[in-house]
Amino acid sequence: MLQLLYRSCGLLLLLTGPALASAINTSSGWNMPPGVTDISREIYSLHMIIFWICVAIAVVVFGVMFWSLFVYRKSKGAKPAHFHENTTVEVIWTAIPLAILVIMAIPATATLKKIYDASDAEIDILVTGYQWRWHYQYLDQDISFFSNLGTPRSQILGEEDKGDFYLLEVDNPLVLPVGKKVRFLFTSNDVIHAWWVPDLAIKKDTIPGFINESWTIINEPGTYRGQCAELCGQDHAYMPIEVRAVTEEVWLSWLDEQRETAAAEAASGEREWTLAELNERGAGVYTTYCAACHQADGSGMPPAFPALRGNPVMTSAEGRDKHINAVLFGRPGTSMPGYGTTLSVNDLAAVITYERNAWGNDTGDAVQPSEIRALLDR
Amino acid sequence: MTSRSLPRPVVQQSASEATAGGAAAGHHAHQPRGLLRWVLTTNHKEIGTLYLLFALLMFFIGGTMALVVRAELFQPGMTFILPEFFNQMTTMHGLIMVFGAIMPAFVGLANWMVPVQIGAPDMALPRLNNFSFWLLPVSFTILLSTLFMEGGGPNFGWTFYAPLSTTYAPPSTSFFILAMHLAGISSILGAINIIATILNLRTPNMRLMDMPLFVWTWLITAFLLIAVMPVLAGVITMMLLDINFGTSFFDAAGGGDPVLFQHLFWFFGHPEVYIMILPAFGIVSAIVPTFARKRLFGYASMVYATASIAILSFVVWAHHMFTVGLPLTAQLFFMYSTMLIAVPTGVKVFNWIATLFRGSISFELPMLFSLAFIVQFTIGGLSGVMLAIAPADFQYHDTYFVVAHFHYVLVPGAVFAILAAAYYWLPKWSGVYPNVKLGLTHFWLSVIGVNLTFFPMHFSGLAGMPRRIPDYALQFADFNLLSSIGGFLFGISQLLFVAVVILCIRGKGEKAPAQAWEGAEGLEWTLPSPAPLHTFDTPPEFVPERDSPSRH
Repeated sequence: MLQLLYRSCGLLLLLTGPALASAINTSSGWNMPPGVTDISREIYSLHMIIFWICVAIAVVVFGVMFWSLFVYRKSKGAKPAHFHENTTVEVIWTAIPLAILVIMAIPATATLKKIYDASDAEIDILVTGYQWRWHYQYLDQDISFFSNLGTPRSQILGEEDKGDFYLLEVDNPLVLPVGKKVRFLFTSNDVIHAWWVPDLAIKKDTIPGFINESWTIINEPGTYRGQCAELCGQDHAYMPIEVRAVTEEVWLSWLDEQRETAAAEAASGEREWTLAELNERGAGVYTTYCAACHQADGSGMPPAFPALRGNPVMTSAEGRDKHINAVLFGRPGTSMPGYGTTLSVNDLAAVITYERNAWGNDTGDAVQPSEIRALLDR
Repeated sequence: MTSRSLPRPVVQQSASEATAGGAAAGHHAHQPRGLLRWVLTTNHKEIGTLYLLFALLMFFIGGTMALVVRAELFQPGMTFILPEFFNQMTTMHGLIMVFGAIMPAFVGLANWMVPVQIGAPDMALPRLNNFSFWLLPVSFTILLSTLFMEGGGPNFGWTFYAPLSTTYAPPSTSFFILAMHLAGISSILGAINIIATILNLRTPNMRLMDMPLFVWTWLITAFLLIAVMPVLAGVITMMLLDINFGTSFFDAAGGGDPVLFQHLFWFFGHPEVYIMILPAFGIVSAIVPTFARKRLFGYASMVYATASIAILSFVVWAHHMFTVGLPLTAQLFFMYSTMLIAVPTGVKVFNWIATLFRGSISFELPMLFSLAFIVQFTIGGLSGVMLAIAPADFQYHDTYFVVAHFHYVLVPGAVFAILAAAYYWLPKWSGVYPNVKLGLTHFWLSVIGVNLTFFPMHFSGLAGMPRRIPDYALQFADFNLLSSIGGFLFGISQLLFVAVVILCIRGKGEKAPAQAWEGAEGLEWTLPSPAPLHTFDTPPEFVPERDSPSRH
C-alpha cells in the first residue's frame, strides 16, 4: 500500500513533469538524503531498513484486510463465523511485532552510541542561534562572524525570479575542512533554534543558557545546506545554514584571509568616517539586522517592535545617547537584543547613523566608530 | 454462544418501558423553552448535542485557518499573508483543533452514548456537566479574541515552547493562558463526571468487563485527562508567572531551564495525544463488529491493550525531544519505551482485522469511515514507529514528515472515527438515517482529499522541509502544491457533512427503527429512534451471559 502510493506519487510527478530545481541536498527529492558523512549514511540505511519493514507490515496487514473485505462480503452471501478469542493467535501477534522491534532497536542503539561520541575532535565551532541568523565562532582560531540569509527580499516578494538556492543561501557560509573531526557546540542568544543540515545528519537544538554538542567528519568537499528547524519567531523560515566543505589547504588559506579582513576592519575603526560612508554601510547593516522587526521603511510593528521613523529618540539630539545605548546593550525585558558584543564598531556606528538620518529622521548626526569603541571599552 | 438473531423479546420490552417512562415523566416537563433551555439544560443528550455542535463549529474555524496556511504554502514566496500572521494561523489551528474540536467531539459522544450504553438515566453529575460544557465557549471566545488584540494572538506553535512563548511572546499571551486554564478545567470536570457515571451508574449485573469498548476506552481516557490536565495547568501557570511576576522557571538567566518547559509540556502532551485516539478505538471497535456481523475478536485483549497504551503514554514523553540534547541513556530509554507502544497498538489493528475475517461484511457509511480509519491510522502508526528510532528522528524531527505522521493519526484517524460515530449514531439521535448519497460523496471526497493533503508531506519532510515555515525552497514546490489542493478538497467536502447533519436534525430521510443497524449490539439499540429525552428511568435488564460483549 505504502509502496504503491509511493510509486504512484512518483509517477504523478514524472507525468506532470515540473522541472525540479537544482538539488539542494543529496536527497532524491522525495527521500531522506544519504548525506556525506559515515553517520548520515548509517542513519539513511537505518531509515530505509525501517521503511521497508513498515512497508512489509503494511502489505501483510492491508492484504489480509482487503482480502477479507472482498471475500466475506454480505452481498456475496457470506455467512458470519462465530469464533472469537484465540490465545495462540494473540500470543503470536504480540510476539512477532516485539521481535521485529528488537531487530530494529539493535542497529539503532549502535548508531546512537556513535552519534554521542564527540571525543577527540580537532576543530571546535561554537554555533549561536539569534533571531534570525546564525553566529559561528572558530574557538581556537580567533575567527567569528554572523551568517545571514543571502536571498534578496525581491525574490521572496516575487518581484524577481527565484534562484536555485532560494532561502538556502547565506552571506557568510561556515567553511570546514573535509576529513577532520569537527565538534559543534550549540547555544542561543534568545529563543530556542535548531541547527539542521540534512546532508550531515545533524539536528540539534540551540538553547539559551545551555550548551549542546554534536560532531561530524565530512567525507566529500561541497556545499551543504540546511535550515533552522525549531520555530523561533516570525523569520524562522529565513535563517538558513550553508556549510562549505573544502580541502585542508583551502581551509587554512581561508582562515588567513578571514584574519586579514578582520584586521583591516579593525584598523578602519580608528579613522574618521564621512556621513555618506556611514549611511551607505548602515543601510546594508540595517537591512540585515534590523529590518525584520523595525521594517525596511522604519515603520516597525508596534507594540512589539516600535517605529524608528519619526521616533523622538532618533530625531532629537537628546535621544542620541539613549539610541546608542539601546543598540549596544539592548532593551531588557523586550525582544531588542544588544548588538555591542556581536557587531563590529564600524557596523554599529554605521547603523546608528543610518537610523538617525534615514526616512526623514535627518538629524545629520554622524556616529563615529571611535565613539562606539570608547563606549564599549568603558 | 448465543444466537445473534433479532429481535430479542426482553430487549423489545425494555424499549417500550423506556418510551413509557419518558412520556410519563411529568416532573421533567417544567424545563425552560427556547435559548434558555440550552443554557440551563442538565440533560446528558442535550449537553452531548451542544458539545458536538460546538466541536463542529470549531472544526470549521480551525479548518479555515488550516486553509489560510495551505493557501500561503500553495507556492513558494511571500504570496498571501505575512510570516507573523502565518505563525498565528498555525498556532491557532493546532490549539482549536486539539482543544476545541477533537476533544469536545469525543466528550460530546461520551455524553450522549455512555449513559445509554450502560443503562444509566443520565450522567452522574448533571449540573457539573452543564458547567463543563459552558466553560468551553467562554474559553474559545477568549482565545479567538486574542487575534484582534494589539500584537496579535499566540504565534509560538500549539506546543508554545518557552522562551518564545514567555519573554518573546505577544502581549495577548496571558489571555491565551486563561483560555487554556478554562478549557483544562472543563476537561477535568468532564472526566470526573464520566468516571463517576461509569463506576456508579451501570445497570445491575453489568460488570466492568461487560461494558461496551467505547465506554471502556472513555473510562481510561478520563483517567488520563485527570492525570495530565493539571500538569498543563501547572506549566501554563509557570508561564504566567514568568511573564507577569518576574519568576524565571524557563529563563536560564534567572536560573531556570527552557527544557523544563518541554518536559512538563510533553508529560501532558503525550498522554494528550492518546486522549484524542483512545475513544476512536472504542468507536471503531463498536462499528466493525456491527457491519461484519461478527463479534469483536478479542474483547479482553482490546481492554488490556487500551490500558497498556494509556500506561505507556506516561513514559514516552521525551521522544518529542530527541534533539534537545538528552543524555544517551535517556535517549535509549525513550526510544525503547516508544517502540513498545507499537505492540498494543498492533494488537488493536490485528483484532479489527480478525473481526473482519470470515464475517459477513457490508459497507454502510459508518463502516466505510471505520475501514478508512483502520488503514489510515495504521499508516500513521507505522510512520510513528519510524519516528521512534532516535537516530533517524534526528532527520525526521520538526519536518513535514512529523506533520504527515500526526495528521494521519488525527485527521484520517481521530476525525474519521468521529465522523464514523456520527454516521453510526445519527439514526439514534435524530430518528432518521443519514442521507446515503451525500454521505458517500462526503466519504470519497474526504478520503481523496485527506490523503492528497497529507501523503505528499511524508516526501517533502524526508527531502528536508522543516515544519512551521511560511516559505520554502523550490525543491518542495510540487509536494506543497498537491497538499494545498488536497487541503481545499478535504475542507470544502466537510460542508457535505453539515448538509447530512442538517437533514437529520430536520427529520428528512428514511425513518430508523430502534435497532437501526442489523448487526448492532448494545443497550442503545433497545431505545426507540430518536431516543427520548429521558431514558432508562428504571435500569434495563442486563444478562451478562446473553448481552455482554465478553460473553462466551
